[in-house]
Amino acid sequence: MARKPLINAPAPHTAGALGTAAVMRQVLYTTLPGLATLVWLFGAGPLLNVLWAALVALAAEALMLRLRGRPLALHLSDGSALVTGVLLGLSLPPGSPWWLILIGSGFAIMVAKQLYGGLGMNPFNPAMVGYVVLLVSFPLAMTRWAEPGQPFSLSHSLSLFLDLPGADGFSGATPLDTFRTWVGNAPLLAEQPILHGHVAGAGWEWVNLAFLAGGLYLLARRVIGWRIPVGVLLGLAAPAVVANLVDPLRFAGPLFHLFSGATMLGAFFIATDPVSASTTPRGRLIYALLIGVLVWVIRSFGGYPDALAFAVLLLNLAVPFIDYYTRPTAYGHRSKRQ
Amino acid sequence: MIRHLWTRARRSESEYDFPGGVHPPAHKARSNAAPIRVGPPPDRLVLPLNMHLGAPARPRVTVGERVLKGQRIADAQGTVSTSVHASTSGTVVAIGPHPVPGTAAGDALCIVIDSDGEDRWGPLEPWPDYRRAAPTELVQRLRQAGIAGLGGAGFPSAAKTRLGEGQRVHTLIINAAECEPYITADDRLMRERAGQIAIGIDILQHLLNPSRTLIGIEDDKPEAIDALRAAMSERDCELRVVPTRYPSGGEKQLIQLLTGLEIASGTLPSQAGVVCQNVATAYAIKRAVIDGEPLISRITTVTGDAVARPGNYEVLLGTPVEQLLQHAGLDRHRLVRLLMGGPMMGFTLSDTSVPVVKISNCLIAADARELPEPPPEQACIRCGDCATVCPASLLPQQLYWHARCDQFERARQNDLIDCIECGACAYVCPSHIPLVHYYRYAKQALRAHDDEQIKADRARLRFEARQARLEREQAEKEQRRRARLEANRDRAAATSAAPDHHGGNQKKQLGRAITAYKAAQRAAATAEAQGAANAVELRQRASDLKQQADRLQGRAPQADTAPSGVVAAAPKATPTATASDQRERRLKALKSAYGRAHKQYKQAHAALQRAQRAQAEHPQSNDHNDVAGMEQRVAQLKARADQERAALDTLMEQAKSDLQQRAGKDLKTLKVEAARAEVALRRHAERLRAGRDSADTDTLRRWDAELKQLEREAHRSREALTQAVRAQGLVED
Repeated sequence: MARKPLINAPAPHTAGALGTAAVMRQVLYTTLPGLATLVWLFGAGPLLNVLWAALVALAAEALMLRLRGRPLALHLSDGSALVTGVLLGLSLPPGSPWWLILIGSGFAIMVAKQLYGGLGMNPFNPAMVGYVVLLVSFPLAMTRWAEPGQPFSLSHSLSLFLDLPGADGFSGATPLDTFRTWVGNAPLLAEQPILHGHVAGAGWEWVNLAFLAGGLYLLARRVIGWRIPVGVLLGLAAPAVVANLVDPLRFAGPLFHLFSGATMLGAFFIATDPVSASTTPRGRLIYALLIGVLVWVIRSFGGYPDALAFAVLLLNLAVPFIDYYTRPTAYGHRSKRQ
Repeated sequence: MIRHLWTRARRSESEYDFPGGVHPPAHKARSNAAPIRVGPPPDRLVLPLNMHLGAPARPRVTVGERVLKGQRIADAQGTVSTSVHASTSGTVVAIGPHPVPGTAAGDALCIVIDSDGEDRWGPLEPWPDYRRAAPTELVQRLRQAGIAGLGGAGFPSAAKTRLGEGQRVHTLIINAAECEPYITADDRLMRERAGQIAIGIDILQHLLNPSRTLIGIEDDKPEAIDALRAAMSERDCELRVVPTRYPSGGEKQLIQLLTGLEIASGTLPSQAGVVCQNVATAYAIKRAVIDGEPLISRITTVTGDAVARPGNYEVLLGTPVEQLLQHAGLDRHRLVRLLMGGPMMGFTLSDTSVPVVKISNCLIAADARELPEPPPEQACIRCGDCATVCPASLLPQQLYWHARCDQFERARQNDLIDCIECGACAYVCPSHIPLVHYYRYAKQALRAHDDEQIKADRARLRFEARQARLEREQAEKEQRRRARLEANRDRAAATSAAPDHHGGNQKKQLGRAITAYKAAQRAAATAEAQGAANAVELRQRASDLKQQADRLQGRAPQADTAPSGVVAAAPKATPTATASDQRERRLKALKSAYGRAHKQYKQAHAALQRAQRAQAEHPQSNDHNDVAGMEQRVAQLKARADQERAALDTLMEQAKSDLQQRAGKDLKTLKVEAARAEVALRRHAERLRAGRDSADTDTLRRWDAELKQLEREAHRSREALTQAVRAQGLVED
């Protein structure tokens, strides 16, 4: 009897997981509210950033896979390069020129990810490596944010993006910048409208709320674990509460910190990158708490207004150490190891 | 308080918990609705000798023999083993290899019985009053009735219930969790035969005398819970309903869930005072003890989209899977994957001729939609979900990396051995990595490595023992040869000097020899003390005399019993051997003479220095001539020591050149050769060890042959060196 042979496969025979590609897709969808808010506040700039960064990331990934002789379709379809590009695009200021994004996104994929061996092998968060490379190399371009709530027209955004001569220069400050500028001066702090939104800094509070919404959805769908977002937010809020109670003029309050800058994007979308995060359950909490604390420290005492990229990269560095010391005690070894 | 709230929040009747776990879709409703049906009457039964964990049983029937239903056809052998019985009456038609189910699929020894269709029972021996039986008798009964754990592992129940001296069981746990998806065999059994299960538990309680008995059951079986509760109402037994979560039915997990106890790695639960038995096993125990029926059938869930009548069947052990599936209405065209066991820990069958055995709790005949081809394995993204669900609190991802890179020892350090292979990690893996497969691979490699290590250790010990024996034999041979030689020479001397050979005479001779030796010794000592020039000769003569005396002493007892004329003529020693022998003795004597002379010189020199210092401090003292005398004596002693040294050197040179002439090589060359051979040997052994995991068999075999060759060479050059050193008399004594 010529029958098709039965499948011979190792146990378990069912899979309960979504699959890497599905996870990445969910992450992409849940960044949409944040992206929409950015577009509403700043015009088409952020959208151009995201699209271009994603395109560059995919192209860079394809190029590197080809050079490394890896199957293109299998690895491109996991969506990880797309997520890296989108997250980097979301972090860049509106009005970033195309070449800046090209450098950042290309570096993120080619050096920070593929040169280390591709997905799963990179010790550092690729998007944040790209961001920091740009921040260190082009500090002016990278800290030039527009005034939120006064979106540029599409043509203005485009000319900035294409870096056309004669495109208007612009300057604006984020709430974090403004606070840093006037820190310690009560009357001037009170005069800054950008610091007085509904929850925190005007405009930026909405960006953070949108990312929070997306993040909570991811959490509810169990695409990400609770430990990292909760850890980051707690690590940031706790010192902020204490310092703010001690000296409210020098230290901003916890709500301001939580809803300014890249906090929510970082807590739910960036620090949760599983590849470069700690792998043990306890280690993840420690990793995230330290990211939060470091963000607060750099924001309060460091030279940069926001700090998420640095905090994440520094803790990436500490991951092997954290993993080693947070190894869970295996079943049956409790009495032996104590 | 918090623990209490937590327990209630989990809707659990146990205050304890185990970490991790997953909630795969249950798929149980399909098979648990209908009552247990009778399985197909088989025409032919295939009964593997190893349906259980442990040593296979030994057949006690021969081909052609007629057997009755329930007749024992194979005996348990070894501690962890159990018997096999004929599931129906018929004729033994074969005892030989046949495909059997298992993770390591392949053929194994089976007894094949052709049914006569009568299904006639052999004589049964019921024990309704088992309480009168001693525990050891009951254990023996379980062993002879072929009882093995029916939950899926097939561990022989006799081995589990046999307690060691002074061993006590504080908790008996009845595993009714049935946590794997699809399987409902225990569920139906509890619903329909709870009373018999209760009696089985009574027997276990009588056997183990535990202080408490706990039944662990998942909350997705409300009818079974009610039935058990009713059956247990009068009994000293607690029913604990726990939330449905895989793998709560794992032995270690259930123990932890119900008692909070962890079974230390590498030990058995019984060592911690806990015995865990499956609910179906309790039922089988009741049948074996009360009704006298050995284990010849079991309840098997047959389910999956490719069968028309899913449900539970009471199947005779040995029934071919094919026949059972047909009985349940298999649609062969839809079947793409056939599992024995559950979807989490079961294994695929590629051959439907394999029999239903004691561990076959479930058959899943799945179509392409139900259990499709596994998706391709992708890169690990270190998400850590596997660590979150691992019930053994391992780091599955670390284990995966180590297994993948063949770093088996690192995997061992990460407690790979404690993995229960439940598959929860692979179930949640977003990259669809067959993690359990990697762990099995690594475990197997570790086992192979350990076996090899043990073998290598044994081989080394054997080699060393052999080496020592050869050396000893060589030494003894040499001694005998020398003794014969001396005897020969002595006899020649004796025949010329004193022709009488009586024992008494020999004793006299011995006495004389000893006296002569002692005198020579004294003379030599005096000569040395005085620094006489002939001290060396005297010393050597003394040592010659001593040897003679020793020889005589060795022969004396022989001479008492046998006339020495019977002593066979010894073969003539080669001149070189005799010469080197003599030289060896002379060298020894020279060495000690030199040593003594040198010591005397040193002492005198020190005395002189002391005297000179004393003189410098007290110039008035009139010991001057004394110092002068001492100086003279020191000079004299030094001259003598130098002289001895020179003589020694000459002799050594002579020995060396002699050796060179004989071996064509001097000592240095031999030493270098030996060292070189040793290094080559070591380097080769290292290469072999390093390549053991990576190189292919042929290369390894070649390397091994080369290694043996090198070993021989090294041994040869070592021997040559040893002999040369001995021949030169340079050997240390």
